[in-house]
Amino acid sequence: MSTQTLTIGKALNLGLRRAMEDDAKVVLMGEDIGRLGGVFRITDGLQKDFGEDRVVDTPLAEAGILGTAVGLAMRGYRPVCEIQFDGFVFPAYNQIVTQVAKIHARSRGKLALPIVIRIPFGGGIGAVEHHSESPEAYFAHTPGLKVVAVSNPVDAYFGIQQAIAAPDPVVFLEPKRRYWEKAEVDTDATPDPLFASRVVRGGDDLTLLAYGPMVKTALQAAQAAEEEGRSLEVVDLRTLSPLDLDPVVESVRRTGRCVVVHEAPVTLGLGAEIAARVTETCFHSLEAPVLRVGGYDVPYPPSKLEEEYLPDLDRVLDTVDRAMEF
Amino acid sequence: MSVSSATTEVVDPVPGADAPHLPQQPDLVQLLTPEGERVEHPEYPLEVGDEELRDLYRDLVLVRRWDVEATALQRQGELGIWASLLGQEAAQIGAGRALQPDDTAFPTYREHGVAWTRGVDPLEVISLFRGVDNGGWDPVATGFNLYTVVIGAQCLHATGYAMGLQRDGAETAALAFLGDGATSQGEVNEAMIWAASFSAPVVFFCQNNQYAISVPLERQTRVPLYQRAAGFGFPGVRVDGNDVLAVLAVTRAALAAARDGQGPTFIEAFTYRMGAHTTSDDPTRYRLASELEEWKLRDPIARLKAHLSRSGVADAAFLDSVEAEAEELAARIRRGTTEMPDPPGTAMFDHVYAEQTPHLAQQRADFAAYQASFEEAGR
Repeated sequence: MSTQTLTIGKALNLGLRRAMEDDAKVVLMGEDIGRLGGVFRITDGLQKDFGEDRVVDTPLAEAGILGTAVGLAMRGYRPVCEIQFDGFVFPAYNQIVTQVAKIHARSRGKLALPIVIRIPFGGGIGAVEHHSESPEAYFAHTPGLKVVAVSNPVDAYFGIQQAIAAPDPVVFLEPKRRYWEKAEVDTDATPDPLFASRVVRGGDDLTLLAYGPMVKTALQAAQAAEEEGRSLEVVDLRTLSPLDLDPVVESVRRTGRCVVVHEAPVTLGLGAEIAARVTETCFHSLEAPVLRVGGYDVPYPPSKLEEEYLPDLDRVLDTVDRAMEF
Repeated sequence: MSVSSATTEVVDPVPGADAPHLPQQPDLVQLLTPEGERVEHPEYPLEVGDEELRDLYRDLVLVRRWDVEATALQRQGELGIWASLLGQEAAQIGAGRALQPDDTAFPTYREHGVAWTRGVDPLEVISLFRGVDNGGWDPVATGFNLYTVVIGAQCLHATGYAMGLQRDGAETAALAFLGDGATSQGEVNEAMIWAASFSAPVVFFCQNNQYAISVPLERQTRVPLYQRAAGFGFPGVRVDGNDVLAVLAVTRAALAAARDGQGPTFIEAFTYRMGAHTTSDDPTRYRLASELEEWKLRDPIARLKAHLSRSGVADAAFLDSVEAEAEELAARIRRGTTEMPDPPGTAMFDHVYAEQTPHLAQQRADFAAYQASFEEAGR
């Protein structure tokens, strides 16, 4: 057993290193990921050890990164593309949605595209425009893509390796404001499957769903609620496409109440789909409508306003109160 | 006051049928004049045997016959749409025959002639336009990628594939097809930047057929397209796209350079789309009949036929046999199209992912049960 304390960022770095050691076809591509090690240093040291052909400092064009990744994948490579910030994925959106997502179906399964698209996502870092967004719904809405969001160093370490090994394209969302959060990681452990949600805190009164950076917020809310005598069950969704709602359904049938938390704007966000499906499957168990707490339906605001925009412990608890009092 | 017409110099931007060596177009590579006269080009010598010449002619005639049949099938309601290659046969056959077996082509949606050279069955292309699938051929086995409908997106795929070839140490190349309109796309420009920066073994083959649906070339560019390559830092060459020999020679040379580690080339095949953009288009709304008449004089098949006849490489019996083969092909295409079965409804669920998701498996099962409920009711 080899257990070490790792940040999410370092866990990703080690996971990438492990994946590159395991499979010579793994190629990292992105802006500033080589010599600099990435603006968040997630690829730190990898170009030095694996060379410029496997850790590629690309020209500054996101469509180019994704489009050439498609060609490399057709040639048998497993490209791992870093999009520097969430808001910069949109120049590559055409390639992701019209090509990456569709080529397996277009070719009736003759061409697989095992591409990983790493995106640091979410706000809370006091950044300028386009550096704090949560674009997951665009990708979860697109058949042919799989979408996951990690919330902790253990999932970061194993998840990135599982995503790279997966035969389908995976949008891999990294909670950038939590990159420096630490936890013990046993690198010899057997990981949970990538496309599975997980109950991270047991409870009886309400089921709180979150993913990525909001898992920590949800756990803090559950802790605070406990002090007020309320028992919240917290589920880390982990996979956004496909959704794994079996543990959620089991939980909501017990608690009768459900709140979904995400940073993305609530309208047509993941919470909308989850609310619909939980209502369909748990209708007779529900004591209250499934409620959502998320970003407002505005462009991500200037950073002096982001604390008001982002769901925090108080807004989560306020929504929990509304669900409990319904 | 009068203006003398002699002071007004009109420069024809189109290679003229009446000018074998096209002095007004010194950059245009041509090995066969519109009248079928064989000429030499110092940079592109071409050794081509009699049998190869006859094979090229056969290719041109057969793909045109396929195209004519497909257009007719669309008119008769058997195809949803058809993108005709009429007039572009030489550009496509020349480029396709320049490929070696291990090379890989990345087509748009009009490269039926290239498909033919890669051994793709016409019915596997027809099935796309009939709405049965998105192309029935095996892109790996044929080295001919599936058609890409989003304009220019395949240029990046070809470039990435070429980067993979580099990593593998493979002595093969990728051939990206694009049209004149695609040269305005950001992704196409990104592909050229990538190809140049990594010196990738990819050749960009642009069929400049003068129109992007209705919009003429002048809206896409202020400079001849092949000159853009200089800005990216690799060679650009303009070839007479209606001259199958010149296209063959130029594309062979570019692919050889790519395989040899010399990086990308941009080829502008100067040609003309004789038909509509697709069967849904009406070109009489945006171009003059006189233009069409002018280009008819540069027909790619007529000039090779003239050369074959004049040089004695082909006799009437050969020409007749090709015509007969073309009619057989057309009949087979017609029969195969009308007999082509619709896919089962469940097919749409089957290859969305390499690893099926429980959610989609459930949706498929629900759909199958829903369909079965009608069959039960029908009994």
